[in-house]
This record gives sequence, C-alpha cells and structure tokens, in this order.
Amino acid sequence: MNVEKSPGGADSQDTHAEVGSQEPARTDAHLAQEAGSQNLPATTDPVPDVVAVREGMFGVSGSGDTSGYGSLQRTIAMPGATQRPYGGWFDDLADVLAETLGEDGGPGWDAAIEKVVVDRGELALYVRREHLVAVAQLLRDDPDLRFEMCMGVSGVHYPHETGRELHAVYPLLSVTHNRRVRLEVTCPDDDPHLPSVVSVWPANDWHEREAYDFFGVVFDGHPALTRIQMPDDWPGHPQRKDYPLGGIPVEYKGAEIPPPDVRRSYR
Amino acid sequence: MSTSTADPYGDCGSGGRVLTAEGGDWQAVAEEASALREERIVVNMGPQHPSTHGVLRLILEIEGETVTEARCGIGYLHTGIEKNMEFRTWTQGVTFCTRMDYLTCLINETAYSLGVERLLGITGDIPERATVIRVLLMELQRISSHMVFLATGGMELGATTIMTNGFGSREIVLKLLEMITGLRMNHAFVRPGGLAQDIPPGTLDSIREAIPELHRGIGALEKLANENPIIKARLVDVGYLDLAGCMSLGMTGPVLRSTGLPHDLRKSQPYCGYETYDFDVPTWDTCDAYGRFRIRVAEMYESIRIIEQTVDRLQAMPPGPVMVADKKVAWPAQLALGGDGMGNSLDHIRQIMGSSMEALIHHFKLVTEGFRVPAGQVYQAVESARGELGVHLVSDGGTRPYRAHFRDPSFNNLQALAVMCEGGQLADVIVAVASLDPVMGGVDR
Repeated sequence: MNVEKSPGGADSQDTHAEVGSQEPARTDAHLAQEAGSQNLPATTDPVPDVVAVREGMFGVSGSGDTSGYGSLQRTIAMPGATQRPYGGWFDDLADVLAETLGEDGGPGWDAAIEKVVVDRGELALYVRREHLVAVAQLLRDDPDLRFEMCMGVSGVHYPHETGRELHAVYPLLSVTHNRRVRLEVTCPDDDPHLPSVVSVWPANDWHEREAYDFFGVVFDGHPALTRIQMPDDWPGHPQRKDYPLGGIPVEYKGAEIPPPDVRRSYR
Repeated sequence: MSTSTADPYGDCGSGGRVLTAEGGDWQAVAEEASALREERIVVNMGPQHPSTHGVLRLILEIEGETVTEARCGIGYLHTGIEKNMEFRTWTQGVTFCTRMDYLTCLINETAYSLGVERLLGITGDIPERATVIRVLLMELQRISSHMVFLATGGMELGATTIMTNGFGSREIVLKLLEMITGLRMNHAFVRPGGLAQDIPPGTLDSIREAIPELHRGIGALEKLANENPIIKARLVDVGYLDLAGCMSLGMTGPVLRSTGLPHDLRKSQPYCGYETYDFDVPTWDTCDAYGRFRIRVAEMYESIRIIEQTVDRLQAMPPGPVMVADKKVAWPAQLALGGDGMGNSLDHIRQIMGSSMEALIHHFKLVTEGFRVPAGQVYQAVESARGELGVHLVSDGGTRPYRAHFRDPSFNNLQALAVMCEGGQLADVIVAVASLDPVMGGVDR
C-alpha cells in the first residue's frame, strides 16, 4: 500500500495496518493496486479488483505519440472485497442472508455470494449467476430482508476483465426496512447468459430487455426477451465498449472537429 | 402474411436491401389467429398520436370497444444519452441528462450531480446555499411538471380549458426558471460540486410575487376539475392498480401513493436536506386515475410550501459560494453578465489572461480535461415528479463516466399499462396513459 499517494492521512494509516495483518505475500492484485491507487478513495479495502490496464494517455500510440505519455501504464482498479465487519445494518443483513442461504435446500453463503463490497455507504453483494434467482427470492421474501422492489438492471461492460466481461447491477429497495442493497452478477462474453429475475420481480421485464438490447446479455427465463429501444433488426449491442459511438466530423469556424469518440482526449 | 421464405420484393428490381417482418413465433401466431376466424382488430395507436403523451406507440387488440390486449412500443425517442455521456467529461454529462425527462430537467441534473458528488466523496462539502437553491429549483420543476400533467391529461380527455389553464400556470414557473437559470428547459444549471451560478438579484421577490399566482392557478384548476362530473366519470376507477401490483411492477411516485402508501424518497431517504423542510406526502386510497390526479394537485401545494421555506432560508442566508471550495473539482469561473451577455466573469478572465498564468493553465486543464473521479460505483435515487429517478454511475478513475445508467420512472411505470388497460374500454386507455404521466424523453433516453 502506497501510503503517500492516498489522500486521507488517518484512513491510510488504518488500511496500512490491515494489509499487514491480512497477508504478507505480494500478489498481482497488490502490485496492481500500488499502480492504481490514485484511482481509489482512501477508505476502501486494500485489495482492489483490477478491471483493466491501460497504456498511454490520449488514445494515441506508436510513433504518432509525441506527448511522452505513450508508455504510461495505468491500472484501473475498482474497490475490492470488504471483510467483516461491514458496519451498521450491513452485518445484520449479511447474517440473515447467510442463515437463510444455509438452510436445507439453499446453496449456502459461500456458494452463492462471491464477495461483498462496501463502498461509499452502499452495500453490494456479488452473486454467482447460477444462484441469482435463489438469492433474489430470499431477499424479497424473508421478513428480515424484504426487498420488495427491484429498481431494474444496469449492464456494465468491462472488456478487459476476462471471463467476466459483462456485469449486471440490480439496485434493490426495501420499503419495509427503508434499505437499499445492490446485487452484481457477472457473465463471460462467450456465454452471455444470466437467469432472469422477472419471476421474482416482474418489474424487471423491461429493464432486462433494455440490458439485452444494449449489452447482449441473454436473460434466460425472461418471458419475451426482445429489443426494446433499438429497432428489431439492429445489428450489435450499442452500449458495449467495443461498439463505436459514431458521428461525423463537423466544420466549425474553418476547423474540422472530429466526432467525440475519435477526438484526442484524456483517458 | 406470405408463408414462403422467398423475398417477396426480389423480382421488382429495386436493388436495395429488403427487410421482411418475419421471425420469432410470428408464423405460428398468424396461423393461430387465422384458424380462430375471429374478428380481431389490432390497432396501432401512435407513435404520432396527440393523446399518447408523446411518441408512444400502443398496440391494442380490441373487440368492439373493449381492449383485450395492450402492449407498448417504445424507442422512438432513443438518442443514446447514456452512451454519449461516456465520451464527455463528468461536468458535461449534466448537459446530456437534463434532456432525458425534459419536464424534470433540474431533478435529473441534481440526481446526476448527487451521484458524482458521492463518487468524489464531497457530498458534505457542497455549500448550504447551493443545496437550498437546488431544492428550490427541484420543487419549482415539480410544479411545472405536474402542471403539464394536468394540461396534457386534460387535453387528452378533450378538456381544452384545463390545458390552457395548466400551461398558463406552468408559464409562471418557467419564467422563474428562466430568470434563475437563463433557460426555460434543458438548463444544465446544477453541476457536480454545486451550481453554475448564484440566483440573480430580485429572484426571491419574484418568487414571492409568483406564489399567490400559482395558488390562484392551482385553485382554478381544482375548482374546475375536482368535482367535475365529466372528469370524475372518466377518471374514477379507471387505470386501477393496487398496492401489490405497484410493488411487483416497481411503481413509484404518485401511482404508488394513489394506493395509500406514503412512500416518498424525500421523506424516507432524504437528500439535499429535505428532512429539514416541513411538508406532507399526499396520498389517496382509490388506486385509480382520479386519485393520481388529486395527489399531483396536492403535491403542488406541498411544493409551494417547500419553496416558501427555501425562499425564507435564502433571504436569511448571507451571500456565499454556490460551488465547492475544492479547486480541483469546482468549475473555475462562475457565470456573470457581461456587455455581450452571459459568460465567464470578467474578473476571472482578467485574472487568467492578465495576471496569473497558473490560473490560466488550471482553467484550461479543468475545462478541457475535467476532474478525475475515484473508481467505484454508486446508485443515487431521488424523488422525481414521476417517481424514483435512479442514477447508476460507474467510474474507472478517469475524467469521464465509465457508465451512466438512469432508471427513469416513466420507463418503469409504462410497463403497468397492460395490467391497467386490458379488459377495459378503449377510451380508458388514454386515461390510464395520462395517469402514469410518462415522458418519452425519459422513457427512451
């Protein structure tokens, strides 16, 4: 942990102590985190999730790059798994969920939940896709959890995270307990299948169609998974990172302005 | 429909690419329909129809005047706002998201800005003055949005007096918004970190003067519509959706509150200091279009109450900044009125061009490159005029959003149309759509 780079002094002392107590070995994630620590807020867990490593600064590479930034390497790291205690009611929720998941017939906490991330006051449960519906059902039905509402699903494409390129994020709301939690599920690009949660939350019907339309995630068990925003015969899934934004150069006061996705820009 | 798979236009020599509407289970559906030999009529209502609340296409299967199946076709206003935001800086994102639900521009902007501020970890640093002005703007916006609901809803029922009255009262609010932000719509006024500029002098007096006018406008509409036998005949028990239906379909806003559940994020999960304002959450218990209409009218009065409190607070507040103090995030210049109109303040131009090269570099870097936002993701929800507006933002540590997703209440609520309309009269479809008050700019984004 590069303490000097962290913005918050007191917090970085704490996290530093945690690193020492947890594991002495220098893993890849550890090295990457050192490189990527400027991306992270000071209060997160010391082992981040590396989602990409980028080179250069302005999207230019090779001999065309005269900026000197061409060989710059930056690690893109997301806040990593949080260890207990999560703080506040997050622990209660995890306890109840672990208990109900462990009951007979249930998949068990370790099998169903990949990791827990607590970041910026939000609790995110990373669920393995094969157990998504079971976890969703418990979160909705257990009286101590009671997340009656699912506020849709948002796809995110991480093209460099091999084997888990496509993420689906489900924000849940419990009106009963006035709580929010986020579920996150991943699937690889080669097998972009996730189980549909429409059977649990019918509200997700259109949201899953939207995620399919824009990211190509196939929600198995959805009653009618068709495109919703784009025309039915549209090729490709527009919000994936490998899909270009498009646009044409425009002339402004004699100069030609390239479209936004090919403009030189800071990345 | 032809059963052959051959291209029906192949011989006409048009030369271009020919698309045929085939595939899926369409063949089976068509065969089944023709085998039944029933008089089924499928009507396409919209997307260009004055009573579908924008470019909404309703696909209705009707028997006589009864709707047996109702489906929505959307996407006619899809402009790729979320994708576009990934190619602009965090500050420029405001200019895009303000155009989604074009009746609640300032609420969209605030939701987005609150999300970015949480990613930056500067939520606590936003000046009190900026937060109060945000609340003021959001409540003004809520009134104008509900006025459009009344106006367009009335028009769709054929009540043009309600329409002219509603748009007339909305004009009062739009004048105030124009005075504060310079624009009537698509303001891009709320920015991550604060506001584009402070309210101009005289605003508070204008708002105070406008409040009685608004009261009169709402009162006139209430007198006209509340007990109007035609309105009641059209609205009561129409578009029924009970609490269980609302919960399972993720309905929020006036639709959910018309079932009697006082769920309002301004009360349950306050943001922008809503917990410090004195206001009530109106509910109704009929689960129908009439209840939603009455709730929206009552909400306008509550919004006026909040506006009065914000005006009092701003009056008592000493002048101060409306942008965070952190110069690494704050937009370098506040807007000011110059000889040639609104622009960067002349003092600021003088400083960066005349005396401080470092300030010029700083200005240039912040405006062209933008600020970096630490990696992570947040889901920020606010109570829009139509329900829960959720913003899911993902940052990869860069100067642009890695992903911005908006959970628009109109998009979600429109799903309920089938359950509200099927089995009812064709004319009630219009009422059900109007009671959801969808804004297609928000639905399609």
